[in-house]
Amino acid sequence: MRGVRVRWRLYALVAAGSFRRYATYRVATAAGVFTNTVFGFILAYAYTALWDQRPGLGGYDLAQALAYVWLGQALLAAASLMGGGFEDELMERIRTGAVVTDLYRPADLQLWWLAADLGRGAYLLLGRGVAPMAAGILAFDVALPPEWWMWAAFLASVLLGLVVSFALRFMVGLSAFWLMDGTGVAQMSWLAAMFFSGMLLPLTLFPGLLGEVARAMPWSSLLQVPVDVYLGKRTGWDLVAAYAFQAGWAVALLTLGRLVQGAATRRVVVQGG
Amino acid sequence: MSTADDGDAAWGAADFIELDGVEKVFDVRRKTGFLRREKRQVRAVDGISFRVPRGEMVGYIGPNGAGKSTTIKMLTGILTPSGGRLRVAGIDPSKERTRLAQRIGVVFGQRTTLWWDLPLKDSYRLMRRMYRIPDDRYAANMARCTELLDLGELLDVPVRQLSLGQRMRGDIAAALLHDPEVLYLDEPTIGLDVVSKSKVREFLRDLNAERGTTVLLTTHDLTDIEQLCKRVMVIDHGRLVYDGALAGLHEVGESERTLVVDLERELPPIRTPLARNVKVEGPRQWLAFPASVSAAPLVAELASAYPLLDLSVREPDIEAVIAKMYAGGADAGTGARIG
Amino acid sequence: MAEARKRVDEAGSGARGVREGRPATEGDRRPVREDAHRAAEDLLSVRDRGPGGRLRLARDGFRAYGLIAAMWIRATMAYRTSFVMTTLGSFAATGLDFVAVLLMFQHVERLGGFSLGEVAFLYGLAGAALGLGDLAMGTMGRLGQKVRDGTLDTLLVRPAPVLAQVAADRFALRRLGRTTQGLAVLTYALVQLDGVVWTPLKVLMVPVMLLSGGAIFAAVFTMGGAFQFWAQDAAEVQSAFTFGGNALLQYPPTVFAKDLVRGVTFLVPLAFVNWIPAMYVLGRPYPLAVPEWFAFLSPVVAVGFWVVAGLLWRVGVRSYRSTGS
Repeated sequence: MRGVRVRWRLYALVAAGSFRRYATYRVATAAGVFTNTVFGFILAYAYTALWDQRPGLGGYDLAQALAYVWLGQALLAAASLMGGGFEDELMERIRTGAVVTDLYRPADLQLWWLAADLGRGAYLLLGRGVAPMAAGILAFDVALPPEWWMWAAFLASVLLGLVVSFALRFMVGLSAFWLMDGTGVAQMSWLAAMFFSGMLLPLTLFPGLLGEVARAMPWSSLLQVPVDVYLGKRTGWDLVAAYAFQAGWAVALLTLGRLVQGAATRRVVVQGG
Repeated sequence: MSTADDGDAAWGAADFIELDGVEKVFDVRRKTGFLRREKRQVRAVDGISFRVPRGEMVGYIGPNGAGKSTTIKMLTGILTPSGGRLRVAGIDPSKERTRLAQRIGVVFGQRTTLWWDLPLKDSYRLMRRMYRIPDDRYAANMARCTELLDLGELLDVPVRQLSLGQRMRGDIAAALLHDPEVLYLDEPTIGLDVVSKSKVREFLRDLNAERGTTVLLTTHDLTDIEQLCKRVMVIDHGRLVYDGALAGLHEVGESERTLVVDLERELPPIRTPLARNVKVEGPRQWLAFPASVSAAPLVAELASAYPLLDLSVREPDIEAVIAKMYAGGADAGTGARIG
Repeated sequence: MAEARKRVDEAGSGARGVREGRPATEGDRRPVREDAHRAAEDLLSVRDRGPGGRLRLARDGFRAYGLIAAMWIRATMAYRTSFVMTTLGSFAATGLDFVAVLLMFQHVERLGGFSLGEVAFLYGLAGAALGLGDLAMGTMGRLGQKVRDGTLDTLLVRPAPVLAQVAADRFALRRLGRTTQGLAVLTYALVQLDGVVWTPLKVLMVPVMLLSGGAIFAAVFTMGGAFQFWAQDAAEVQSAFTFGGNALLQYPPTVFAKDLVRGVTFLVPLAFVNWIPAMYVLGRPYPLAVPEWFAFLSPVVAVGFWVVAGLLWRVGVRSYRSTGS
């Protein structure tokens, strides 16, 4: 029992350390805010053109569509919608063999990185999410949540999305155990995230079967679901269903990650590091 | 042995490296709070002057942050001096970096100049083209380095898979393929095992002796200096605190040599004005005397007065000497004390 | 000048306290030698700065770039399956990006007054140009890391221009995937476009746009890299102009606010990658009043971009060499 408590504290420390570590990159944060804002403007204009022609497209009015754009920019870094995050570092550690020391640490590899990634996500949400969102709200007529508590509901959904995002990228990172150059996998991974999270276009605009598949895939937890919670499209039991969907994917993918991790560890042991 | 005199003879004709009052000042910004930053100037190199003639092998030592690496970076043209005058082979390194690059070789102990993900031989092939090394020179140098540095089996291995010692050997070979006139080595033996260290040293000694390549090396390992360099320069707080023969360091550091005396039997401690009795252990006694003084008068006196079985002279521990000098260097009156 | 001399002298006297195994300076001989050196220096700096020197620098740069890139290609080819897979991956992945455009056109006939074929034309041109720029200079984004971990030092001791060495490092042919995807979309657009009256000039403009656009994006990558000499962590600012520029240019200019279009036309003239010349090809008016000959300016603008990029890089390297890492 006591052991469990100590370990929670360890992971909390890891998360806090990761938060602080990213917080030291002030210039990078500013650069990222600038880039997110630029992209936000470009997409906001394109969406405006689209919704001008088809008001109510995908079940959103223009203000909601614009909220979609800016939330996408706000969550982009935190949820790694376009890649970037711990997996590059993990791959580098695997490539250089430094991962062996991680494996001998008295902590679980997956939980360690999860804690670190959540710390990172928390910082990026604040550091890189708030400013572009504020810029969007100032420059465009962006829809806000109809009720104040939806902010809280939205943040809870974002947190679940971060865990799903982590679970996916953890496996991408582990692929470096088998591949000399993991860049290709990482690239595929972030493009899948970009497309199926709804970052390129709301998933409600995807037609027919493609739309249904996209909305059922784990990536929709990263953006589509949190945005719908924000916009008050999912309330009551529907909100519970949204959470269950996200949590379900999180558990399934984390479990799969553990299996991959086991296989990778055996591989390291066999190779002798 | 008179190193200084040798130096005087060789000098003038071919000063290969010349530094006159070279300075390097960095602006360092430090975070002191959430948004506050403190800006201050650090004089990493604070007016250094020295000359190295062609073909000499010089050790450049000093504590961490003394300015060794900064000096090397200025010599190679990576950094531009803030003041003073610097020439290597008559070239101002920071002005004509690429032209100078053809004539120098650099080995950074802490980071490789090789391409990390590629087999060793790919790096060499690229060097050959980049430095425009003639085919015969390349073949000859490659053969020589492969043999002397034992690279044969490593050529097909990606650099990242090499051990530190193997990588260092690979790096040294890479720095020499284009027959540089001078070789700078920044901590070439750091982190190496004993075998690799001696292999590297042996190679460098041969290189200097046979090719006449000028070598300047910084190191933490004084054995490197003892085995390779007749001349040593000590830098501390950006200033040269010693430049001369290795032997002379002892004088400066007020070091002592030790005469170990084995007597026929146990005797009371030997008393003599020439030395200080340090230790008595049965029939063996230890006598300390200034390193700058010859042991001969002391030995003569002992031989005439005591029943001796054996004598041996222990050289002083240079590390202790240098530690003393560094400690002194921190004082304000360095010049007065040493000079 | 006098000030500098004074400093040298002071430094010399400061060093006098040094215990000397040999004298540190050789006062009587120095002035003569210094003069000789200065003369030599002047001569060299003339040669270095003259057009001949610059030409030589460019030639050395291209040569070094070619050597390093060739080595990386050879290295990648050793793992051919991996190369083919990552290239196909890159192709397929960037393809998803165009799928989003196709999805938009599931819901509308025209976007900002432009048909799917016309948008695809813009998209293909911008994408292929960005792909070329990325292929040539994409690794410039890693400069900040090289400054941080000190590997830039190892490049500075080699007899080749640093810009070429940084740009060619980890040259990845797989980035051709993006160019290929752009070209595929462009081909699709050419099939779709039926309202365009093709003249020889318009046909010629397509490859000119691709090459100029590639050069413009390559220059932007270079500027982004040079910027990292001062802000090592600011790699992302570059993306705002490269990938962001691409995102912007793939939509018709009519979609955006006039001020934004003005900025992209006159301030950071990315509009010359495709917007302005493509409007000429498509026979459509540009939302801003610009002279018609602007459509043919892309190569000139590309050269301009490179002049600025080259200057920025030079200043960057110089500032690196005076501050160190």
